[in-house]
Amino acid sequence: MTDQHSRWRRLIHSRLFFPLVCLALVLALNVVITMVTTGSPGPFFDINFSNGTINGPLITILNRSSELVILAVGMTIVIASSGGVDISVGAVMALSGAVSVWLLGYGTLADNSYHVASYVVPYGVGLLAAIAVGAICGAWNGLLVAKLRIQAMVATLILFTGGRGLAKVVSEGQITKVDVPSYKFIGNFIQDGSGHNVVPVSTAIFVAAAVVALAGLLLRHSALGMNIQAVGINPKSSRLVGLNSGRVVFFAFVFCGVCAALAGIIATSRIGAVDSSNVGKLLEMDAILAVALGGNSLAGGRFSLAGSVIGAITIQSLTTVLYSVNVSADQLPFYKAIVVVLIVVLQSPELRPMLQRLRRRFRPTAGLRQVVAP
Amino acid sequence: MAKPLVTMTGINKHFPGVLALDGVDFQLVAGEIHALMGENGAGKSTLVKVLTGAEAFESGQIKLDGFDAPIINHSPQEAQERGLATVYQEVNLAPNLSVAENLFVARQPRRLGLVNWRAIHRRAEAILAGIGLDIDVDKPLESYPIAVQQMVAIGRAIDVSAKVLILDEPTSSLNDQEVANLFALMRRLRDQGLGIIFISHFLEQVYEVCDRITVLRNGRLVGQYDVAHLARRELVSAMLGRSFDDLAALSRSDQDQSNDTTPVVRARGLAVRGGVKPFDLDIMPGEVVGLAGLLGSGRTQVARVIFAADPADQGTRLINNRQLPDRPLDSVRAGLAFCPESRKDEGVIGELSVRENIVVAQQSKLGAFHLMSHAEQVELAQHYIDLLQIKCASMETPIKQLSGGNQQKVILARWLATHPELLILDEPTRGIDIGTKAEIQRLCLELADQGMAVLFISSEIDEMLRTCSRIGVMRDLEKVGELTGDQLNSSAIMAAIAGGEADD
Repeated sequence: MTDQHSRWRRLIHSRLFFPLVCLALVLALNVVITMVTTGSPGPFFDINFSNGTINGPLITILNRSSELVILAVGMTIVIASSGGVDISVGAVMALSGAVSVWLLGYGTLADNSYHVASYVVPYGVGLLAAIAVGAICGAWNGLLVAKLRIQAMVATLILFTGGRGLAKVVSEGQITKVDVPSYKFIGNFIQDGSGHNVVPVSTAIFVAAAVVALAGLLLRHSALGMNIQAVGINPKSSRLVGLNSGRVVFFAFVFCGVCAALAGIIATSRIGAVDSSNVGKLLEMDAILAVALGGNSLAGGRFSLAGSVIGAITIQSLTTVLYSVNVSADQLPFYKAIVVVLIVVLQSPELRPMLQRLRRRFRPTAGLRQVVAP
Repeated sequence: MAKPLVTMTGINKHFPGVLALDGVDFQLVAGEIHALMGENGAGKSTLVKVLTGAEAFESGQIKLDGFDAPIINHSPQEAQERGLATVYQEVNLAPNLSVAENLFVARQPRRLGLVNWRAIHRRAEAILAGIGLDIDVDKPLESYPIAVQQMVAIGRAIDVSAKVLILDEPTSSLNDQEVANLFALMRRLRDQGLGIIFISHFLEQVYEVCDRITVLRNGRLVGQYDVAHLARRELVSAMLGRSFDDLAALSRSDQDQSNDTTPVVRARGLAVRGGVKPFDLDIMPGEVVGLAGLLGSGRTQVARVIFAADPADQGTRLINNRQLPDRPLDSVRAGLAFCPESRKDEGVIGELSVRENIVVAQQSKLGAFHLMSHAEQVELAQHYIDLLQIKCASMETPIKQLSGGNQQKVILARWLATHPELLILDEPTRGIDIGTKAEIQRLCLELADQGMAVLFISSEIDEMLRTCSRIGVMRDLEKVGELTGDQLNSSAIMAAIAGGEADD
């Protein structure tokens, strides 16, 4: 066997191979569709610099996928350690955004017809409050799952439904807007006083990259990665070697809650407003899907953070691709479902043996030789 | 000779990096109990899995009585339909379903298209009565001890109107009475014309119940023998491919016990409510202490309470004269190590690699934020893979792909890597071949020589006599005595276990 050959095999058997292939396929899909409709590959892979920003469809995808990437990181840890999912992340996004804005415009919201004209408390305090809300929600979920041993899906169902309700109570049922320019920096571009972009890339991309890098570093340079997997695979064995599986699962949920808060900060900053009904709506399902698309088992245990990140970007690429071929927002889920089914089937471990059996059936001599051989 | 039920010829099977079966022939005839023997990795389980369709094979032929052409089973279900029923080493039933449901799952009797629960209940009781088991069939399976669960699994297999019954280590969880019941049943089925394949590591049981023996070694057929014409010594050397003296050479070294040393463990009146009754136990450095008793006698509970795997409800537990919180992590940090009885449930961490399974305890002792470097992990893992001769394709292989004996060695390596002061071994040699057994026993003695204390639990009295310098005897959740010196012989231990002349 040649060296090149074995390198190829290693690549194919790498955990990230299929997630990457899926991402490539989604991107290629766009080019094909544009080729068919317009006769040229289109501007999909173009990147240009104008108005102080770097633009291009790929940059847009990265920017738009920020929230999902952050959610996917948290979701990966929850799934790996507990084998359950946190379906409350979308609601936690809304709640942390609502609390943050409530604090920033404390006491003045109702007077200003739910506009924050100027910060009552420093902006940083508002951000910290959002993160604290995320952590508290995560701790609540973690308590239910790790201590009271309620199934994760059921435990997080409470905040899934209650979280948005609470957010509406906080924002008194209104869509609260923030008119202070700095509020939009995190979800958009950092600008100077005259409205010129200081950094040519959306801040959200940096936040997402920072979360991924921080989580990656933490998992790589501590035993947490192994501990999370051990607890997810066999909590009983893990306990006997001295691991506290309850604590690991608890902190996984807290971490996931903080991730949801960060995603909520970005999502509300993008539009400069908190719409409790729609912030992060159905994003929890995309986050779970991202983990699955990343080649991770939803039963817990072994995980790849990079896989989940690729999964998240794949989902956002798909959305962008579909929008670019003029699929309307209400039809989007249908086309998305078709592509997701294809991707999930492609990644199924049962697919390869099935294809092999199929191939054998169409070449019957190969099968016969076995039986005839003495 | 009776008609052949199963004829396998020239079976070949590869696993990644290993030739698991190398042209193996095997024949089972009607009305015989046929033992399949060999060390771990010899290919016994693989051969059975190939036969029952749990694994595919690459070449060779399987002929089955009643089928003209050679057959290939693609799944255990298909094998079952062809009359091959299997009871595996670890009970493969659904613990939270009732006994009756377990007996009829996937083959429920129906009436008007609906499941006929009354028939299920009635027939379940009949099946169990047939194997001498009188239990409430509506209770969940997990509410019964492993021994009973095993019997239920056998009951199910027998009831699936099998022509061939495969029993993979069926007796490793059963007590003597249950084994006797099982053997009576096996003989009855044999006389009815069934062919039974019996896989066991207990030589005595094989000699007691089997008619013929097929021995495998390293994936190859060594030979097929009539039990009546095969001396035990020959059987063992056929299995090991080496002389018997390796085993015989083991002997207990008599340590001098100086009384002024601090015991590693000093237990006083430890007890669990509804479980083991108050017991005292001291274990000195360099001492191998055994715990003898029947299954369910409380010997495992003693081990678990000492390690704090389960909390004690009363009594004191001093580790090197210190009182510790009842948490495994504190025990690990204080130098305790515990290889639990149930390797699959509480030992291996399946999808993690051999390397990770070895380093995990030491890593947890160090704490999550003092990560051992990759190089350190590799070095540690390699050291113990060499020391214990763990057979694996690489140290990055998931542990679940290893044979049972090698998994056990990995668990052992995991704990040795923490340099414990007390090593607790609960049935460390269960389901393990003779060669590995001897290695583990020898290792115990070596470790004790180096000053480690060992608490050794085993169902095999011979094994304990070879390794232990003192044996505590458990009976009915109570520690009824301790035997040392001249009292250490099998008849004294049996007498103490059985009761009658209580040794107080």
